[in-house]
Amino acid sequence: MDFGFSLSPSSRIDLDLFDREKFRQLTELEPDVLKCMACGSCTATCTAGKFAKNSLRSAILYLQNGQSAQALEYLKPCMLCGKCFMVCPRGINTRHLILSILKIYGDAK
Amino acid sequence: MIYEGKQKIWSEYQKDIPDDHYFYVRSCIRQSFFPASEKVFLDIARNKLGKDFFETEHHTTCGGIAYHSDAIPQETSMTIIARQFALMHKYGYQNYVCSCITSFGLYTETLETWREFPELEARIKENLWKSCKLEFAKPKYLAHASDLIYKFRNQIASQAKFKLIEKKTGRPLRVVEHIGCHYAKMFPSKGFGGAEYPYVLAGMIEAWGGEVIDYPERRHCCGFGFRQYLVKSNRGYSLSNTHKKFESMEPYKPDMIITNCPGCPYFLDRWQYVISEIEGKTYGENGHGIPVFTYEEVAGLVLGYDPWDLGLQVHQVSVEPLLDKMGVPYDPQMKYKGKNNKDIGRPELPTCACL
Repeated sequence: MDFGFSLSPSSRIDLDLFDREKFRQLTELEPDVLKCMACGSCTATCTAGKFAKNSLRSAILYLQNGQSAQALEYLKPCMLCGKCFMVCPRGINTRHLILSILKIYGDAK
Repeated sequence: MIYEGKQKIWSEYQKDIPDDHYFYVRSCIRQSFFPASEKVFLDIARNKLGKDFFETEHHTTCGGIAYHSDAIPQETSMTIIARQFALMHKYGYQNYVCSCITSFGLYTETLETWREFPELEARIKENLWKSCKLEFAKPKYLAHASDLIYKFRNQIASQAKFKLIEKKTGRPLRVVEHIGCHYAKMFPSKGFGGAEYPYVLAGMIEAWGGEVIDYPERRHCCGFGFRQYLVKSNRGYSLSNTHKKFESMEPYKPDMIITNCPGCPYFLDRWQYVISEIEGKTYGENGHGIPVFTYEEVAGLVLGYDPWDLGLQVHQVSVEPLLDKMGVPYDPQMKYKGKNNKDIGRPELPTCACL
């Protein structure tokens, strides 16, 4: 029966499926990732982000939610120009962080 | 947190409410959704508990639905509310009790706003005099009708003809309690048990012999949400909220749901049909849904009212399996008979032949 509306897919995050080990490795290698306050300065200044789906802020949030495949999608177009490093109010070495994320989560599908 | 710990926290959120002499206002939508609930409440209060509850045909809606849908400004709803309070004063009452959670939330919000901004209160006073020539007054005490049933729950239990217990086995019925968001989420100190551990319905369930189910999405909204259902294209949000709650409560095998809000029982009841049509899934036993009740209907069942006098025939999910469990007698032939045995019509069965 068509009601003219339907169920929206659930966006629930099941933390039982969260791969905490990889995130632990990341925080060990890059403790600064925990400093991120999701202000979005990195995304706002991103050269690639204007033309492609590139957002470090979103990637970090996805990693915190255990959604590593989505996080990598948001880092693919990165050219490692380092503009985000210059504007980050928390002084996070974003370029190094992105490389570490790719190193640890690189095989995520 | 362990369940005993929760119970201890609940017991610390109590409020003193007056025993008697209330000015009662009805809800604008409950009389269509659950037609006998308010009548039963007044009957219990006046005839079973011997209390003084006054109501007048001159009161109107509180304007809550229009206010929350952005159809009228706050000042308009405040003037409507000031008129209701003025009627209470006119008839010589100081305690105000409303049947609706949306109204309760809006009355509380209005009183708090007036307390915070006296100049706004003065403007509303002027609006009231200009529009209605009524004297401005504020209630000494504002209560929701479920507060009163909660307060007198043990008196109701002492007069109980049926308990929330499976008659055959003696097992306490597993009950999901759902509290309207506007009861205590906006002003936690105004409700029994605060926002996080509201006790108003849990207290009734325990007093009447049932077992309260503590499930993960217990405090989640039912999906009513005004703007979510008013626009048809948004109703998926409302439906998804309800779906989320049912998915969460399903493993606990609830026998029934009790609510204290106009929208919650309606949506938890009706959306079960829509979910069954869309997904082919039902959440109760033997392909049935989970029956959903207002607290007045449950109080009525406990006190031995006839189920069809309580208006249980207008529910979407059939209530007979629960009546059988509780051992409440009912005449199936009388289900769709109205006043003077007039046939009130029968609902069409869902295509999945469930519920």
